[in-house]
Amino acid sequence: MKQLAIKAENISKQYRLGEVGTGTISHDLNRFWHKLRGNEDPYLKIGESNDRSAKGSSDYVWSLKDINFEIEQGDAVGIIGRNGAGKSTLLKLLSKVTKPTTGSFKVNGRIASLLEVGTGFNPEMTGRENIYLNGAILGMRRSEITRKFDEIVDFSGVERYIDTPVKRYSSGMYVRLAFAVAAHLESEILIVDEVLAVGDAEFQKKCLGKMNDVSKGEGRTVLFVSHNMGAIQNLCNKGIVLDKGNSVFVGGQSEALDFYSNIFKNHADNFVNHFPFKNQLLISKIDCYSLGKKLNPVDEILLGGDLTIAVSFKVNKDIYDLSFALDILNLTGELICHITNEDDGFYMSKVQEGDVKSISITLKSINLSPNQYFINFWMGTGHLESIYKIENLLNFTVIQSNYTQRTRLIPSHSKVFIKSNWEKYE
Amino acid sequence: MQEPNTNTARPEQNWTEEIKSQESLFSINFTELWHYRDLLLMLLKRDFITFYKQTILGPIWFFVQPIMTSLIYVVLFGQVAKLSTDGLPQLAFYLAGITIWNYFADSLTKTSAVFTTNASIFGKVYFPRLIMPLSIVFSGLLKFAIQFGLFIAVVLYYTFIESSIQPNLWVLATPLLIILMAAFALGLGMIFSSMTTKYKDLSFLLTFGIQLYMYATPVVYPVSAMPEKYQWLVKANPLTGIFECFRYGYLGAGSFTPSSLIFSTITIAILLSIGIVIFNKVEKSFMDTV
Repeated sequence: MKQLAIKAENISKQYRLGEVGTGTISHDLNRFWHKLRGNEDPYLKIGESNDRSAKGSSDYVWSLKDINFEIEQGDAVGIIGRNGAGKSTLLKLLSKVTKPTTGSFKVNGRIASLLEVGTGFNPEMTGRENIYLNGAILGMRRSEITRKFDEIVDFSGVERYIDTPVKRYSSGMYVRLAFAVAAHLESEILIVDEVLAVGDAEFQKKCLGKMNDVSKGEGRTVLFVSHNMGAIQNLCNKGIVLDKGNSVFVGGQSEALDFYSNIFKNHADNFVNHFPFKNQLLISKIDCYSLGKKLNPVDEILLGGDLTIAVSFKVNKDIYDLSFALDILNLTGELICHITNEDDGFYMSKVQEGDVKSISITLKSINLSPNQYFINFWMGTGHLESIYKIENLLNFTVIQSNYTQRTRLIPSHSKVFIKSNWEKYE
Repeated sequence: MQEPNTNTARPEQNWTEEIKSQESLFSINFTELWHYRDLLLMLLKRDFITFYKQTILGPIWFFVQPIMTSLIYVVLFGQVAKLSTDGLPQLAFYLAGITIWNYFADSLTKTSAVFTTNASIFGKVYFPRLIMPLSIVFSGLLKFAIQFGLFIAVVLYYTFIESSIQPNLWVLATPLLIILMAAFALGLGMIFSSMTTKYKDLSFLLTFGIQLYMYATPVVYPVSAMPEKYQWLVKANPLTGIFECFRYGYLGAGSFTPSSLIFSTITIAILLSIGIVIFNKVEKSFMDTV
């Protein structure tokens, strides 16, 4: 068996909510008094799990609680979890930006962490100078940077601008340069947090490729946090699922993704998130139907069946060119389908304050491959400014039906199902 | 008998590092600090570059401030208040005090805000935090060197043209004096910065505290001008020995005794150690409270 790269033992991290004020100093004094007498910190016994939506009674929350895991050398580990599950906290502890409240990490090898690209970039300095500065901040020696300088510039693709102050760079060039420096760190363990959410598609691909090289080719250990399940699927061989500060699953990547989607399912009820912007209108009722039957927030739809969304809303302010959009995404967060009111030539050019409107949207013959999907709903003006957004309006599973006559299952990794006609002809 | 060799047994596990919730007060990793010495150089370079950028007069600005301040002191303390300067030319006397006071005050002000001004970097990447305050006292030397050059010009003028002052061998103590001031600013600054991450009250105290401290330090007056009953107060100030030694060396007058310099050295060494220990303790978790 391989050596371990990281071993986490009972890692917990407690945060205090609310503002630092006069109440804080009394807690600090109390803590100090306990410590002086050799007692345990009294505030470690309290605190609640980190659930944003639930109203808590304590000022202390556990952002992470009793996390244990082992990571072998050469593993590429995806850390998955919903927002606020503790992913970033875990990375912060590992990168030594802040220390755990209890527990310890044992680490074998140098850790380089990329919680952000371009930390410490100075706008007045040229690209060349910033490569050296940023490299030094990340822990590289000057000689090491000099050795890799050409490689870094080459990877970033900003050679022409290398002696120009970075304040003249476009944001894309800036990010490219920053990532290039970080990607050439010589460390045994690399920690990456969502930095890939930047840059254009071509550069993202390049970054993913580089990370793939790092973990597979060079045998270094990579810890990777992302909401992009596709990226995790491609890159990682292990997964850690965090939920409300607890590590709920540690194991193989595909099992972890399955586990994660199950959490999605179980939490779907409280997962319908409404985001009214500036209170311009209020959705009073929104329901989904299929084949004349009302659907639950988590439900099944037959392949080839229809889906109707009925929405009623009250208008609080005059709105011109009210527009609607539906996004259907799969569980890895990939957009499968984008539907708008324009598709059917349906327009609401003006709605007035006080109006109560109801509309229904029907999606005909759902021909997505049997799999799990969810729907986000969006309202805005002229397809630009957001007025109302609902995340995870519906979490549905498409089930194979008599829409197809095949007896075996449609492969779940196929994307769409296209109905076909078969004929013999002479 | 031999141990049974199973496939599931791991080879002997090496750990290079342990990240713990509690660490002893004195666990300062000097090898790590040494590894990051290039970062210190790069930060100095950054300060140097950004300092010149987009100014026309560049370092000339550093001359303006001490000259103007000295002239005002000559009028205010020399002519109006008629404070003693130990018989030295007033311009040289005030410039000596201002030159080294500026270095100390700048370093202290900046190091005491090191956590708050660098929170965005500290929150994203780890490096030995001590590098930051160190880079501040080092890059302050650039400005100091320029102002010190001005002071030397004045000293040369009064020595050879006016023949009113006689520098002596104590000028050789200058590097020691600079190290002492840097260490003092560093130590005090780190104590303040560590204590202001959570409660910002002290930063208010510091801004006017530095102004008041200038008057408790023999910047605009010599120690000999202090009434006998307050002498102990001035002598308890670690900066007094440094200032008196500096003026004694370059201007050749003043009530300097080597013992006051030894006192300064010991006090500053203690303060610096306290500063490093507190800083080291706070740096690991300050991101949660800053």
